Amino acid sequence: MTARLSISNLSKRFGPVIANDGVSLEIRPGELHCLLGENGAGKSTLSSCLYGLYQPDQGRIVIDGEERRFRSPADAIRASIGMVHQHFVLVPTFTVLENIVVGTGAGWRLDTRAARRRVSELCQRNGLQLNLDALVGDLSVGEQQWVEIVKALYLGARVLILDEPTAVLTPQESERLFTLLQQMTADGLSIILITHKMNEVMRSDRVTVLRRGRVVGTVETGSITREELTQMMIGRQLKQIEAEDRAGSGAPAVVTISAVSLRDARRVAVLDNLSLELRAGEVLGLAGVAGNGQRELFEAIAGVRRTERGEIRLDGKSVANLSAADIARRGVGYVPEDRFRDGLVPDLTIAENIVLGQQWQAPWRRGVLLDAARMREHAARSIADFSIATTGPGERIRRLSGGNAQKVILARELAKATRCLLCNQPTRGLDVGVIEYVHGQILRKRQDGVAILLASEELEDLMRLSDRIAVIFRGRIMGILPRHSASIALLGQMMAGTPLEQAA
Amino acid sequence: MWTDLLEAGIIVSVLAAAIRIATPILFTALGELVAERAGIYNMGLEGMMLMGAFAGWLGTYHSGSALVGIGAAVLAGLVMSLLFAFMVITLQIEQIVTGLALNLLASGLSTFWLRSAFSDVNKVPGISILQNAPIPLLADIPYLGAVLFDQRVVTYAALLAVPAVWLFLYRSRLGLEIRCIGENPKALDIKGHSVALRQYAAVLFGGAMAGLGGACLTVAATAHFVPDMVNGRGWLALVIVIAGGWSPGRVLAAALIFSFLDALQLQIQGVGIQIPYQLLLAMPYVAAILALMLRRKAGRAPTMLGMSYRRE
Repeated sequence: MTARLSISNLSKRFGPVIANDGVSLEIRPGELHCLLGENGAGKSTLSSCLYGLYQPDQGRIVIDGEERRFRSPADAIRASIGMVHQHFVLVPTFTVLENIVVGTGAGWRLDTRAARRRVSELCQRNGLQLNLDALVGDLSVGEQQWVEIVKALYLGARVLILDEPTAVLTPQESERLFTLLQQMTADGLSIILITHKMNEVMRSDRVTVLRRGRVVGTVETGSITREELTQMMIGRQLKQIEAEDRAGSGAPAVVTISAVSLRDARRVAVLDNLSLELRAGEVLGLAGVAGNGQRELFEAIAGVRRTERGEIRLDGKSVANLSAADIARRGVGYVPEDRFRDGLVPDLTIAENIVLGQQWQAPWRRGVLLDAARMREHAARSIADFSIATTGPGERIRRLSGGNAQKVILARELAKATRCLLCNQPTRGLDVGVIEYVHGQILRKRQDGVAILLASEELEDLMRLSDRIAVIFRGRIMGILPRHSASIALLGQMMAGTPLEQAA
Repeated sequence: MWTDLLEAGIIVSVLAAAIRIATPILFTALGELVAERAGIYNMGLEGMMLMGAFAGWLGTYHSGSALVGIGAAVLAGLVMSLLFAFMVITLQIEQIVTGLALNLLASGLSTFWLRSAFSDVNKVPGISILQNAPIPLLADIPYLGAVLFDQRVVTYAALLAVPAVWLFLYRSRLGLEIRCIGENPKALDIKGHSVALRQYAAVLFGGAMAGLGGACLTVAATAHFVPDMVNGRGWLALVIVIAGGWSPGRVLAAALIFSFLDALQLQIQGVGIQIPYQLLLAMPYVAAILALMLRRKAGRAPTMLGMSYRRE
């Protein structure tokens, strides 16, 4: 069988960094091919080269036996390569049809009639039910992804690159996606799936593992185990951290949330009569599809956001009149979801970021000034303790990788968290090795008797680390279950809005 | 005296004046509407109108033809907006600051040229201005004819530009692409199209329209050029785009409301009602501020308005 797409000896460097180093790869017609690798392994660079967003420094790209050179996405599209980006590139105020049609066609007139016919055909052929006149902003995330896929097919894609497509989906939506992908490959489409989730890799036909910009190998998925793949990916064996069971659940509550409600700027309820208890020495996992009120819940507890109704108590005292600084001073650490926006000031140094929020307190202040020497010393210690890869305390956060930036936040927040630790997506986008480390730190806090609220999109992580798991949907708790009675299927149902009592 | 205002003849003349006064603002606002839908905030409208007014006057003076004057005004608007586009799209300089700088440039440049061409600024020659061009038959309709169909050619053009801009934005491929750029430029970029090229087109269109709007102030209204004669109309056009919620029909409505207030205050002054004229003059601008306050909730600006696009 001749390859649909073959890449040989492709290299791309950014200054001194080699992102792709002599990558060679073949994609067959009708194949579901996984690209597996950690952050910085070169997956994204490779796909950007394939889509004409970057120009490789050397190497050949051959499609259907013809060598191609991509100077822009237009060239890639002409060579029938399509791409679905991890963060959807859609216009929420446009209809489905407009999103698909914009930038296509010829002439001055916008001919939606012919376009509508072709799009309906594409949907029908792939068994997708999309209302072409619905506004994209009103669709569920799963449906938005279909729009992205149809968009690429409409441009005539015969090789489809999907970048981490399940990061934002519920387990059920992911399941549907895979059914769709298998159908499309049976139809002759070649799919390149970029992922780091093992259970997805195992559903592909072949997998190519990248590490530090190089291909470690391409294997038939049927002939290899998850453990072997993990080892190929990180170059060593991984020990999985798991919380040991603890008898009884009689620990006292540190944070009590009772009947809290909150509406957003559009007056839509984001927290709806929500009650929870965070107990000392316990990890409460919070599962849910992104955007169901997790962020608001975390911010309400941390005092960043005021609730409209209900009450939050910290060690028995209402936090209603406390500022975020007061709450932090009472022993609450908060690791926010968006680390560069809410967790750090990218243009300040590591030393400055580590004391941020406590700059008025001893020991950092000396009169009206900051004690720079002490800050530097403290930062240097944190850098050593958390093995942060950096040139030193004076380095700006902007220059750190996501994992190292996250360690700076952890260094600051773990120190504060003597009573309660709030972690919203603490490992998102981090490498396996760093994830392991972060999980270890969280469990150490649990050992110290700190009450922990942990939200994560990785259900498997939640099931390993949590004592109990609560599922949030549209600002309501669908149920709380001890981790041993949780399963991906059950959590998935609850994440889609089925209360625990009704979930099978 | 207040009752004088309710006479049919007076009402007709106020309404006719309102539509005439709306002309320059409408041209400018429609152009800015297109630029803003492409994500570009042109704070230099005042200056572009001023250059249009100056070029329109100078062109008409030298050629004796209003058409040449209007052509010169459009050209002046294009040149100004090309400079603006180069600065904010290619060099990605902050849009607001760039717009403000262009206003200063236009103010200085037009005065300088005026002074170097005519040593005595107080004896600047006048031009023959465009006269009303009543449309046969339609102009004879009682009341309505006098309000709508006995206007200058530029006014008809401005009114026709409203459905034209609407058709362009909502029924043409380029219009859809321009709206897409204002919301999410990457969506167009990854389909292999140049975002910058389309933004240039939108900004140049906006500049040409502002030049045209400026020309109306001299070629179709006052016969003389006076330094800084645009007198806030460029800023008003910016407000009207916001008050009109970035849609051509509502921009027309907003422009008419403001110019109606303007016409009304002229009439009130005319019939001699005892209100300090400074208060009357301020009326449209007070209305503009009120409109902005009311639009705070309802308005939905293009998401990427004012932000330059760079592929990451």
